[in-house]
Amino acid sequence: MSSDAVGDETPRVTHTGGMAGKSDGQGPADRIIDVPGLQALVDRLIARGYTVIGPTVQSGAIVNAAITSVEELPQGWGDDQDAGHYRLRRRDDEALFGYASGAQSAKPVFFPTEEVLWRGRRTQEGFTVEPDDSAGRDAPYALLGVRSCDLSAIGIHDVVLTGRVHGDVAYAARRAAAFVVAVTCSDPGGTCFCVSMGTGPRPEQGRGAPYDLSLTELLNGGPHRFVVEVASERGADVLDEIGAGPAPAEDVVAGDAVAEEADARMGRHVDTDGLKELLYAAADSPVWDDVATRCLACGNCTAVCPTCFCTSVEDVTDLTGDLAGRTRVWDSCFDADYSWIHGGTVRATTKARYRQWMTHKLGSWIDQFGMSGCVGCGRCVTWCPAAIDITAEAAALRAAAEPDERDAGTLP
Amino acid sequence: MRTISEYLPEHPFFRGLDERWIDLVVGCAANTHVYPGAYLFREGGPADRFFVVRRGRVTIETSTPTGSIVLDTAHEGDVVGWSWLVAPFRWTFDARATEETSLVAVDGACLRGKCEADPELGYALLQRVVQTMSDRLQSARARLLDLYGNRS
Amino acid sequence: MSTQDEVATERSRTVDSAMVPRQFVVTASRRDTRDTRTLELRALGDEPLAFGSGQFTMLSAFGAGEVPISISGDPTRPEVLQHTIRDVGGATRALVAASPGTMLGVRGPFGHGWQVADGRGSDIVFVAGGIGLAPLRPAILEVCADRASYGRVSLLYGARTPEDILFGPDLRVWARDHDIDVEETVDTGPHAWRGRVGLVTQLVARVAFDAAHTLALVCGPEVMMRYAAQALIHCGVTADRIRLSMERNMKCGVGLCGHCQLRELFLCVDGPVLSYDRLEPLMTRAEL
Repeated sequence: MSSDAVGDETPRVTHTGGMAGKSDGQGPADRIIDVPGLQALVDRLIARGYTVIGPTVQSGAIVNAAITSVEELPQGWGDDQDAGHYRLRRRDDEALFGYASGAQSAKPVFFPTEEVLWRGRRTQEGFTVEPDDSAGRDAPYALLGVRSCDLSAIGIHDVVLTGRVHGDVAYAARRAAAFVVAVTCSDPGGTCFCVSMGTGPRPEQGRGAPYDLSLTELLNGGPHRFVVEVASERGADVLDEIGAGPAPAEDVVAGDAVAEEADARMGRHVDTDGLKELLYAAADSPVWDDVATRCLACGNCTAVCPTCFCTSVEDVTDLTGDLAGRTRVWDSCFDADYSWIHGGTVRATTKARYRQWMTHKLGSWIDQFGMSGCVGCGRCVTWCPAAIDITAEAAALRAAAEPDERDAGTLP
Repeated sequence: MRTISEYLPEHPFFRGLDERWIDLVVGCAANTHVYPGAYLFREGGPADRFFVVRRGRVTIETSTPTGSIVLDTAHEGDVVGWSWLVAPFRWTFDARATEETSLVAVDGACLRGKCEADPELGYALLQRVVQTMSDRLQSARARLLDLYGNRS
Repeated sequence: MSTQDEVATERSRTVDSAMVPRQFVVTASRRDTRDTRTLELRALGDEPLAFGSGQFTMLSAFGAGEVPISISGDPTRPEVLQHTIRDVGGATRALVAASPGTMLGVRGPFGHGWQVADGRGSDIVFVAGGIGLAPLRPAILEVCADRASYGRVSLLYGARTPEDILFGPDLRVWARDHDIDVEETVDTGPHAWRGRVGLVTQLVARVAFDAAHTLALVCGPEVMMRYAAQALIHCGVTADRIRLSMERNMKCGVGLCGHCQLRELFLCVDGPVLSYDRLEPLMTRAEL
């Protein structure tokens, strides 16, 4: 384990690190690395004890996986995304980060689908309880290529899972140990709306989770290279170790242009003005009945959502009943058992479950955590088998709630 | 024990009723005292009276093949019976005292005649009977939900 | 959150991860009704589980799953942890079957409790339905222990049948020794039942309290609590002085699992006890 992997006793992940003062010109200057430089960065991170997780192409999708070489990155791959639609496509360049968003965010890395909470053994006197010390103590992770939307999602999870009285200890341990290399989104997809949610397309310090380095990929006007924003001391150290020099002024300008162009190419839009109040007031809206006729309650949206955090616990025993363990598993508010109390399921209908999910995501999350639960990554739209589009449903609710508008009351 | 004319105006059922009408009601009323087990009325019988409970306990019950079931109880301050005001003027349940019970029995047939003659009295009494019916209906509906069964 | 709740919650944080149970031994098991038993538990190592009335724990039999159960014991005697459990299958069946000597897992205590002490100097109306009397019992015991600080105290208790009435001996002691006006009613009764038959909410109008200076604590199934709150409001008690204990499918007890959400509320942390002014708009919409 590297010295970077901080064994913090408290489960809280605070966001006070980073290089304060960057915005007023006091921070370290941007650096420049080329593709071999990126490989050197990966090598350095591995040498420091990190498991480097980066985007790869698997089963026709961009999937995060452990990598050791930049050759494993999705070079020359882009994606087409729309409601219920995802296809990889060949780009006409060699971009490494030229896709919009992968099938999964960083969520499964820090917050795996299953986590053993403790194991126990039946004894003469009763039973033993042994907290699972391995939880969160897997090798420290370095995440390569984290989008701005997903950085915001990690920031949300830091608040949800570590920012209150009780936290997820294993999550906190993984987060505290992690090294994050963000990337500016250069080619947003058809379901993207990070601009609406104020989370992208370029990573910014102080917005979302802190990161160590942020790459902006440049393909023109010189060799394939990356402008690197330095956002932490250890990020600067790693760049020093690989000998990354200062970025030329014209490359910094070109990097800014990449972000500006991406900003203008969002595939979707959400009007967030008064959205929480709108959702609270719309609990009886017929729009929910309409969406319920299409929603399969499959829970895909909650699985791919980078902020959905609901879990259940399962007790399992061996056949003798003498060994048992308790596991924390991902759950979904679309599951019938999710709201079960003795006597029945509170949210028995798909209508109620979709309403819960969307109202929570875009509304009550704000009351709970002081921020929206949606980062505009678009995954729930892309991966919905029924092509349900949260941005369209939000617009439909707004239209139905504004009887003076021309399309008042009509359903999508 | 106070007289009927002293007692009735303070009873929740008659509270606020105009004095002259109280007098009319008193004119149709008589004190009655029943011992445990005595029926005030039986299902299907002519509903020509209603009862104001002064003291004691009355059960509203119905017979089943395995015994009678108590559906409601009436205690001090309650009124038992509204069938005297609603056609076909027959009791729909049994009412039985389960303690020594003191009541004021009001002659419904007599009062019906006075209500016909004076719709203002009729309306004032109807309001009160409807309140009683509404309370009992609400209670019956809520208990249909088997309210206490569903908390673990 | 009260100091009592805070101390209890803080303790559970510092001693261990909130997700890892402590071991408790069943020292007694008492049959309350045909499907309900009260367990007495003692902590292994005897370090008591300090709790505030209205808080709950996550209780588990080894390998048989975990369920949220309100604490039904005396908060002034934390060395004995009491839980009153109804057998509704699954994990509760294993818990109800736990005989003295059995070891159970306990996490908690969790949640925001009754804070009955807010009612010092005023009248108290407890309204309980079915097994909802169990979560109220610690608050009633708290009032009994400090009876002079409260005005008129009444307990209105509704059960399905006379056989479903919990804590019969307690009810008599509270009425006889602690000047509590205890009124019981059942949905239907055999002819031999000498008590009231009717809805518990009807009792609200039959007991004496100064509506302007009353704290009402209500526990039972959600519909019953709503009707009780409406009856109390009808009698002049304001919604902010009516507190209900909400039930949801808590899995973690600390606001992490999401299961107990009622719109913006995490009932395991913000509740289970909340005032009716907060809950009213959320309870009148089906499936929220």
